[in-house]
Amino acid sequence: MTTSSSLMGFVHRRRRGAELFLLVLALAVGVGGYAAVGVGVEGKVPADIIGYGGWLAALIVAAHIVIRLVAPYADPVLLPLVATLNGLGLAVIHRIDLGYAARGRETSFAQQQLTWMTLGVLLFIGALVILRDHRVLARFTYTIGFGAIALLVLPILPVVGRTINGARIWINIGPFSFQPGEVAKVMLVVAFAGYLVLHRDALALAGKRVLFVDLPRGRDLGPILAMWLVSLGILVFQRDLGSSLLFFGLFLVMLYVATERPGWIVVGGTLFLGGALAAWKTLGHVQDRVDIWLHPFEYYRNAQPPFSDQIVEAQFGLGWGGLIGRGFGEGDPTRVTYAESDFIMAAIGEELGLTAVIAVLLCYGLIVERALRVALISRDSFGKLMATGLASIFAVQVFVVIGGVTRLIPLTGLTTPFLSYGGSSLVANWVIIALLLRISDQARRPVPDLSVDEEESDDESTQVIKL
Amino acid sequence: MNRPIRTVSLFCLALFLALMINATYLQFWRAGALDDDPRNQRVQQASYSSERGAILVGRTPVAESVPSDDRYEFQRRYPAPLMYAPLTGYFTFGNATGLESAQNSVLSGEDPRFFVRNLVDLVSNEQQNGGSVELTINAKAQRAAFEGLSALGDGVEGSVVALEPSTGKVLAMVSLPTFDPNDLASHDFGAVDDTYADLLDDPGDPLLNRAVQTRIAPGSTFKLVTAAAALESGKYDSADSLVPGGATFQLPQTSGDSGVVDNEGRACGTDEITFRQAMEQSCNTTFAQLAIEVGAEKMLEQAEKFGFNADYLEDLPGQARSVYPSQVNPPQLGQTGFGQFEVQATPLQMAMVAASIANDGVVMRPYVVSEVQSPDYDAETADPEELSEAVDPQAADVLTELMVSTVDDGTASPAAIPNVAVAGKTGTAQRGVPGEPPYAWFVSFAPATDSQVAVAVMIEEAPGQEIAGGRLGGPIAKAVMEAIIS
Repeated sequence: MTTSSSLMGFVHRRRRGAELFLLVLALAVGVGGYAAVGVGVEGKVPADIIGYGGWLAALIVAAHIVIRLVAPYADPVLLPLVATLNGLGLAVIHRIDLGYAARGRETSFAQQQLTWMTLGVLLFIGALVILRDHRVLARFTYTIGFGAIALLVLPILPVVGRTINGARIWINIGPFSFQPGEVAKVMLVVAFAGYLVLHRDALALAGKRVLFVDLPRGRDLGPILAMWLVSLGILVFQRDLGSSLLFFGLFLVMLYVATERPGWIVVGGTLFLGGALAAWKTLGHVQDRVDIWLHPFEYYRNAQPPFSDQIVEAQFGLGWGGLIGRGFGEGDPTRVTYAESDFIMAAIGEELGLTAVIAVLLCYGLIVERALRVALISRDSFGKLMATGLASIFAVQVFVVIGGVTRLIPLTGLTTPFLSYGGSSLVANWVIIALLLRISDQARRPVPDLSVDEEESDDESTQVIKL
Repeated sequence: MNRPIRTVSLFCLALFLALMINATYLQFWRAGALDDDPRNQRVQQASYSSERGAILVGRTPVAESVPSDDRYEFQRRYPAPLMYAPLTGYFTFGNATGLESAQNSVLSGEDPRFFVRNLVDLVSNEQQNGGSVELTINAKAQRAAFEGLSALGDGVEGSVVALEPSTGKVLAMVSLPTFDPNDLASHDFGAVDDTYADLLDDPGDPLLNRAVQTRIAPGSTFKLVTAAAALESGKYDSADSLVPGGATFQLPQTSGDSGVVDNEGRACGTDEITFRQAMEQSCNTTFAQLAIEVGAEKMLEQAEKFGFNADYLEDLPGQARSVYPSQVNPPQLGQTGFGQFEVQATPLQMAMVAASIANDGVVMRPYVVSEVQSPDYDAETADPEELSEAVDPQAADVLTELMVSTVDDGTASPAAIPNVAVAGKTGTAQRGVPGEPPYAWFVSFAPATDSQVAVAVMIEEAPGQEIAGGRLGGPIAKAVMEAIIS
């Protein structure tokens, strides 16, 4: 056997048993967290712990079984990581519900989040079952791209669009409100991947060489300029700094990966700095964000805007939490406004401490690492680009929101994936994981075109391989 | 495409490392500074919600934390609020006064002396409890003082302080008008704000601890200091020494009625009288002349040996310094001899004067906290501390003899206790405002030898009563002394 054939003959293990074991641990975090909240805040294990735990377990086991059936070679670590974060998020949101109740505000965020999680898992299952090969998506590149743009424009429209906290990123459909941007970001990844796979050769052509870097040709700048304008549009018309940053960063990373040209990073970086500087100069709300980031304590308890109470309370809370946290019920996370959504990391840091913050960051880091690993081993360019894009979404989003909450960078409104309360984001993120698992299943399953029965190992012999 | 993907991986790694380093910086290195920010409500709320230690008189709490079923978990309660409010102060969200403030580190359990135990609590995840503070107060004396002063009627403004002469222990400390700290410790913050505003507007200043925060002219009780200076000068050595007397005395460098000192009709002889008679009859003419004889420098020195112009009370916040003026001309010096002009004293200061005479001339540092107990009942007892020697023992004996005579045969007779030698001195001080009633003072100690208690009574206002130190203050001092002696 030659070297290349031995390489081609390498078969990934399915590791579904490992996944199940990790899922049990993830479930222990979710259900244990829920119980700990009850004990810490109310002094007793919640009465509905069986029903809650059963529901959570059922969702996770359902997801696991579907993976066993339709994506048996998929990465075994992603689902447990996501289940851990989602379960921890539910427990903390429940904790914050109880915190609001103590202040006389009735909320049922945890209940709603569990409903959204159910919908998310159903869509996750649906995506895995219906989409047997991710390359099918490449056929709909432009349809999906226009769909994403339409979704982004929706909130600006008069009837359905709604402004919440200064950002016009919501739409109302009947009793539900929804952030179309969360779905748009998944669709954009697919559209970018499809577009870049087709045009990457042209985009990779070198232009002028400046300081060891080949800059792209001027005539190829169209797409990146278009994306830059879309991002600026989101910033100006929707006042959504976070999404603007996320979309542009996403496109830049995918462009760089597709063309292998660092020159695009230079061009994109310049455009980003230019846009950021222009936004800072001209847009009042961007200036306020930066001022509050630099001097939050000067704006604390201001009589008039800008206010920095949210970020300062988060700082106090995180400091108060210290290394091991105050424990559930011993902190005061509801002092931070939107502790259940954008600022959930502040609540985690306050009551569970630096330990939990680092643990959560490691979970996100592992998700990104697993997703990039999928990109590395994927056999087709479209899959590679999609996986890179989806990994970048997590990396950039986590950096932007947690960096904002911990005052590493100016605050921008984005949800913390899987932890934050918010249906649109949770559902979209579950779909992202389904897509990643699908690409990973394709990448890890044995190469199908070795139709000759050479010496298949016995445990693989009964496996029906889908083409 | 794998090379750029690896680059992207490294970039993502950098992002996550930055987040982790920043979180560690924030939650570990900067946490202390954030906790110390005075605007940090979490820290204040935690201290407000923790189980604070009790303030004890004997074994009975006068301030304690009891469980409450609201979000603050514990409610501060003051079982004898009016009587002890000047001592305990109050404890409310973000604010505390009196012992609640001065002993906060012990009561909250943050005192460095509890460090090891707090470490154990942290590891075992138990909530930190406060230590308790035991006071030197004698409950019976405190009650006698409070009831005696209250009996003068509505609107009385005054204070009683009792000390143990040999140690400086504060046995009683009462100030009227007083307030109910329970109203200020309530978790209904709106009501607390209203109550607080009312208390601030009250012309009687109920939030003031008159025992240590009000200084007024001590009047004739200051004659003890003048007498001490005269004895220390060596010119006089017994109660029967002859001192200058006279019905009137024209202050030096003055002419006319405004410079004339008289004795309001008391018998003060003509030219020379005994020291005993001068003290018994509280002769202004005598003490004005004695002060001038001794000189401004020696008078200042003597007053400062008793504690004037100094801070000495460490257990309670806000002690006012009693004043003996450092710059006086001869007529002013004469007036200071009987506690007028700019001489001002707190009730605690005058109690210290009496106590040091009772303690062979040695001034002890007054203190209120006798013992600090950790939540595990490890106790640390406060030790008495000598501040200074105001007079030598012989002079102290002479002063005692003078004061005993003043009770037996003179103006201080209302404080006499059957079968006990009581030493005392009255005072009725002019405010310096024509038409306004004077202040009443009374200082005493008993028994005259081996005395167990020294008392100072001060009455600023007693509506409907004719102000006179002996008649108003004497019976109160007597009741307090009896509470200790019996």
